[in-house]
Amino acid sequence: MKKSVRAKEAKPLSLQEIREKNEPASNEVWQLRLYVAGQTPRSVAAFANLKRICEDHLAGRYEIEVVDLMKHPQLAAGDQILAIPTLVRKLPQPLRKIVGDLRDTQRALVGLQIRPAAMGE
Amino acid sequence: MSKTGIRKTKADQELGKENRRLPKAPTGIQGLDEITQGGFPRGRPTLICGSAGAGKTLLAMEFLIRGATEYNEPGVFMAFEETAPELTQNVRSLGFDLDELAKEKKLVIDFVRIERSEIDETGDYDLEGLFIRLGAALDAIGAKRVVLDTIENLFAGLQNEGILRAELRRLFRWLKDRGVSAVITAERGEGALTRHGLEEYVSDCVILLDHRVIDQVSTRRLRIVKYRGTAHGTNEYPFLIDEDGFSVLPVTSLGLQHEVSEERISTGVPRLDTMLSGKGFYRGTTILVSGTAGTGKTSLAASFVDAACRRGERCLYFSFEESPGQLIRNMRSIGLNLEQWTAKKLLQFHSSRASFYGLEMHLAIIHKIVQEFQPEVVVLDPVGSLIQAGNRRDAQTMMIRLIDFLKQRQITALLTNLTSGGQALERTDVEISSIVDTWLLMRDIELDGERNRALYVLKSRGMAHSNQLREFLLTPQGVDLLDVYVGPEGVLTGSSRLSQESREKAEALARRQEAERKDRDRMRKREALEARIVALRKEFEVEDAEAETASVEYGLREEMIAHNREAISRSRQADLVKDGVDGKRRKGAR
Repeated sequence: MKKSVRAKEAKPLSLQEIREKNEPASNEVWQLRLYVAGQTPRSVAAFANLKRICEDHLAGRYEIEVVDLMKHPQLAAGDQILAIPTLVRKLPQPLRKIVGDLRDTQRALVGLQIRPAAMGE
Repeated sequence: MSKTGIRKTKADQELGKENRRLPKAPTGIQGLDEITQGGFPRGRPTLICGSAGAGKTLLAMEFLIRGATEYNEPGVFMAFEETAPELTQNVRSLGFDLDELAKEKKLVIDFVRIERSEIDETGDYDLEGLFIRLGAALDAIGAKRVVLDTIENLFAGLQNEGILRAELRRLFRWLKDRGVSAVITAERGEGALTRHGLEEYVSDCVILLDHRVIDQVSTRRLRIVKYRGTAHGTNEYPFLIDEDGFSVLPVTSLGLQHEVSEERISTGVPRLDTMLSGKGFYRGTTILVSGTAGTGKTSLAASFVDAACRRGERCLYFSFEESPGQLIRNMRSIGLNLEQWTAKKLLQFHSSRASFYGLEMHLAIIHKIVQEFQPEVVVLDPVGSLIQAGNRRDAQTMMIRLIDFLKQRQITALLTNLTSGGQALERTDVEISSIVDTWLLMRDIELDGERNRALYVLKSRGMAHSNQLREFLLTPQGVDLLDVYVGPEGVLTGSSRLSQESREKAEALARRQEAERKDRDRMRKREALEARIVALRKEFEVEDAEAETASVEYGLREEMIAHNREAISRSRQADLVKDGVDGKRRKGAR
């Protein structure tokens, strides 16, 4: 919808403008939910990796909720969780899921659609 | 309700028998428990594979539903393809109410959605989430059964196949450890049972469903590829999906152990009973009536049905050529009122074109109806047309299965078969002649510009049957059999028979008259002779009397002569005979 409106305006946009329109506003709060199952080394690693990525790229505008399915198994169905660990980006929309321990930061950033802070600035 | 009750107790018995071997989880599906000897392996995973639309989901679902309703084993259905409302709707048309079962906590449907587009992968992971979900669902209702339909969808959603395979192996291990009877469905793969080689992990029981279309007729078949620890049937078994769900036809396993009856039942035609050593067919046997077109096969079948209903027995009439209405109308013309029996629910007609379904479907339908209606008599009219629904070999196997099935249930079956013109009469298209017990052959006899029907008993096992050919007559009062005349010109029927009859009558009359005439002649002769005897006797008497008179006269004359001589002598004073004369003189002097 937006695109078609823009097309009618036929006003050229700079690369920076396009990037800003397509990506979440920089002041938006990121809601992330990490599903784990008990305190396994993989869960611990996933949380640590997530924490690091957020601190590096989303400092001050993120919330991480950790859901332990061992304690709340009924929550697995809500977000259609199969794999553990799974990171769900609740906000900003659209919903994204990343499975795995997030050890590959680049792929995690791509998955979360986070513009690396270093590149953005 | 009572039907399921019966099935349950039967399955329970089966289960009891099987318990000594491998524990089984009965599926409650008609026929499947028989060929698997009790059901799927209890506490182990079973793989059901087949191409799209083969009925995998339905089989799995029915396993759960029957488990929940009939065997008190709650179940979890983990759906990877369809959502719970979709599944509920799908099986509602088969008479299963999933909502109700869910409310009673007997069934849980868990829809697992995997959207690859919203999933990225980075680093290590496992499927603990799935395990937890499944575990939670199992615990929520104390499930004994699980269905994973179709777990292969995981391969579409997750990229790391190495992890996936390891996790699947763990999953099946975990299911075994939990002791749930699991059913896993999978798509048929190219050159392999499943697309992703699931058979590698699920090796206890593998069932293959197949849906083939041959000559535009589709047939569903089921085969047990393997079943550890059970001597299962290895054939392909036809199955069908209808308004009552899934049913497999295990009939090839019936064998020849059926009971036999000594009871005899009337054929509905008194003369035919006489031909079959006076009492008719044995109950529970199979009768084949074959003949060319228009020889009265259906009429004979209808007479048999009528007689059975008259005895109060239940009859099923499967017609592959005529509609019930047409049959009833046509049979009225030979004085059979079949409508009264349908009204009394003793008789049921089932008409369907042979080509309408595949053979297996026909067989399955017949099975089902027979099981529901519990008849004493079944008529299939005509069986030959079933070949149209399959090839000859299939038709023959099907007939054997069907006959075994009916015999097992002590049902007397009458099959009609049309022999096409130009063929030997003593063969049937379906080649079932060797497996029937009684074979009545109907033929037509063309003579003197007429076509008449004749019937004879080609064989009838276990009875001294007549070897005579009889004329088969359709009268407004029903079917009748008459003697036929066998003469130098062959067999006489119809008008020839009638003229022969009158000829014989005339001859008999002439013979009788001749005999009477001879009798009269004899009497006359006798009377004449007797009269002559009387006359002769009279004559004799007369002569006798005359003779006597003559004799007396002679005596008198002699005396007179002697007297006269004496008198003369005396007068002459002669003494010729002194003594005599003296005496006579003295005498005379006195």
